[in-house]
Amino acid sequence: MMLNMARIPGEGLAKGLAVTLRHMLRKSETQQYPEVKPDLPPRSRGVIALVEENCTVCMLCARECPDWCIYIDSHKETLPAPEGGRPRARNMLDRFAIDFSLCMYCGICIEVCPFDALFWTPEFEYTEYDIRDLLHEKDRLGEWAATVPPPPPHEAGAEPPKEIAAGSRPARTSDTARRPAAAGRTDSGVAGRAGEKTAEKTAEKAAGGPAGTPETSSGESTPSGESTPSDKSTPSDKGVTSEESAPRREPPRPMRDIRSIRPPGALPKKPSTPENPEGPGNPAKDGPGEDA
Amino acid sequence: MAEVLDIAVRLIVIVVAFLVLPLIVGQMEHKAMAHMQSRLGPMYAGGFHGWAQLIADGVKFAQKEDVIPAAADRRVFAIAPAVALVPYLVVMVVIPVGPGLVGADLDAGLFFVLAVMGIGVLGSIMAGWASANKYSVLGGMRAAAQLMSYELPLVLAASSVAMAAGTLSLEGIAEQWRWWWLPWQAIGAVVFFVAGLAELRRPPFDMPIAESEIIMGPMTEYTGIRFALFMLAEYVGIVVLSALTTVLFLGGWQGPILPGPVWTLIKIFVLAFVVIWVRVSFPRFREDQLQKLAWIGLVPLALLQLALTGVVRVLLA
Repeated sequence: MMLNMARIPGEGLAKGLAVTLRHMLRKSETQQYPEVKPDLPPRSRGVIALVEENCTVCMLCARECPDWCIYIDSHKETLPAPEGGRPRARNMLDRFAIDFSLCMYCGICIEVCPFDALFWTPEFEYTEYDIRDLLHEKDRLGEWAATVPPPPPHEAGAEPPKEIAAGSRPARTSDTARRPAAAGRTDSGVAGRAGEKTAEKTAEKAAGGPAGTPETSSGESTPSGESTPSDKSTPSDKGVTSEESAPRREPPRPMRDIRSIRPPGALPKKPSTPENPEGPGNPAKDGPGEDA
Repeated sequence: MAEVLDIAVRLIVIVVAFLVLPLIVGQMEHKAMAHMQSRLGPMYAGGFHGWAQLIADGVKFAQKEDVIPAAADRRVFAIAPAVALVPYLVVMVVIPVGPGLVGADLDAGLFFVLAVMGIGVLGSIMAGWASANKYSVLGGMRAAAQLMSYELPLVLAASSVAMAAGTLSLEGIAEQWRWWWLPWQAIGAVVFFVAGLAELRRPPFDMPIAESEIIMGPMTEYTGIRFALFMLAEYVGIVVLSALTTVLFLGGWQGPILPGPVWTLIKIFVLAFVVIWVRVSFPRFREDQLQKLAWIGLVPLALLQLALTGVVRVLLA
């Protein structure tokens, strides 16, 4: 052991010299920062950019922000509906500001934004001499939106990255061009479209159900009378899965009536309430086949 | 008249070398050390790879306030940087760069050089004592202890060469040098170089100025131009040590093809690079390890070299 350790006196010294010499001959990796800008990957947490057109003033970001550093002001605008429909109220964004002196760059606002209005950008050169100047309004946040780099490619078959989806979507514009814009918006989210469709259906059925539309009432009277509303959910679910399995457009539990939403583990609804508007809805397609 | 002019030219050249060579060595240290540590070092001053960094540093030092502590021994405090610096200037006068290219060829050149170089350490001791600072005193004492220990192997190794050449004149020694002196005087060369490093208080022998424990030791209280003079003394010391090792052990201006003075400069800068290289590679010695290395390492080796030189001389004669 001792012989092995002390092979050549000064071997360790030579090793030390060799290490430093090797490092000196190696090319230095240093980036000369102000001249050479760092090549930061997409989604680097530099600063938060705002795509103002996508913001619906839902306030989720401001509420989820742990530092409460997002300030949102808005007002409601009533849009006259074409084709004699009901006029719709819309939130108009007046102010969207992030105080980067408070922000801790947790990214929760970006995670929580349901409309892809907030993005990380690698931009990081926004220092100020006064801490109060770090409160950036929506125009500055919007400028940074241009610096959001395209994300790295996803795996084959995966859904497109949300930066691309948000970019290819037509912008939500104001009053005049409301109709196509609304269509574009509902295209985006599966849930949005499904929700709207079910809302239309409930309205239709609520109107037509009690009166008795001929096509539905004829085949529908017997199963609806026999089964309780709690039982009814099972055939409808089965039917949905068996019938259209690939593109599932309906939410798993249709919430047509707000009162049908129950907390998990609650008792089933009393069978005594006969007027259930969802009765003739789904089983109209498959209910007879299953029951007969 | 021609004689006076000749002396004047020689002295001017020596002063220029005294001011320029340390800057080159300092710049080399900046860049070589940076790259050894995977950095780039100075890149902006002067435009091209920070070549003017040390000039900028010098201007900065000259602008700084010259602070003398209230409790300091003012006169000694003020003289100390000069005492540290001037001996090296004097030594440069007698170091030959080529045959005949020397400020003054002394018969006892080697003796003169070793005697004068010892004075340089006095500057550190004076600075440490005059600063009225306990860290400085500690550093000064360590410098004194280091001088005591390492002067002996330095002188013994140098005297071995003098024995081999049969002269104390530096020019004579360099002229006598033959290539086979290299293996013959190898131990002496290593001992001389290492002991010289310790005399200069360069890392890894920088216990007296250890900035991380006794905050630059004797230089703690120095600011501005006086501190710059201490730093200049350190780098002139590197040049002088490299030049002396070149002249004594590497044959001075002897070498093929290239003219003599060029060979001398090449050897000086290679040795200066080794000084920097060693500084980057090795950690600092503890104070007791320092003394141990001198007394049970270098002194016996120097004596061994001395005996070897004597035996070979007798056999050759």
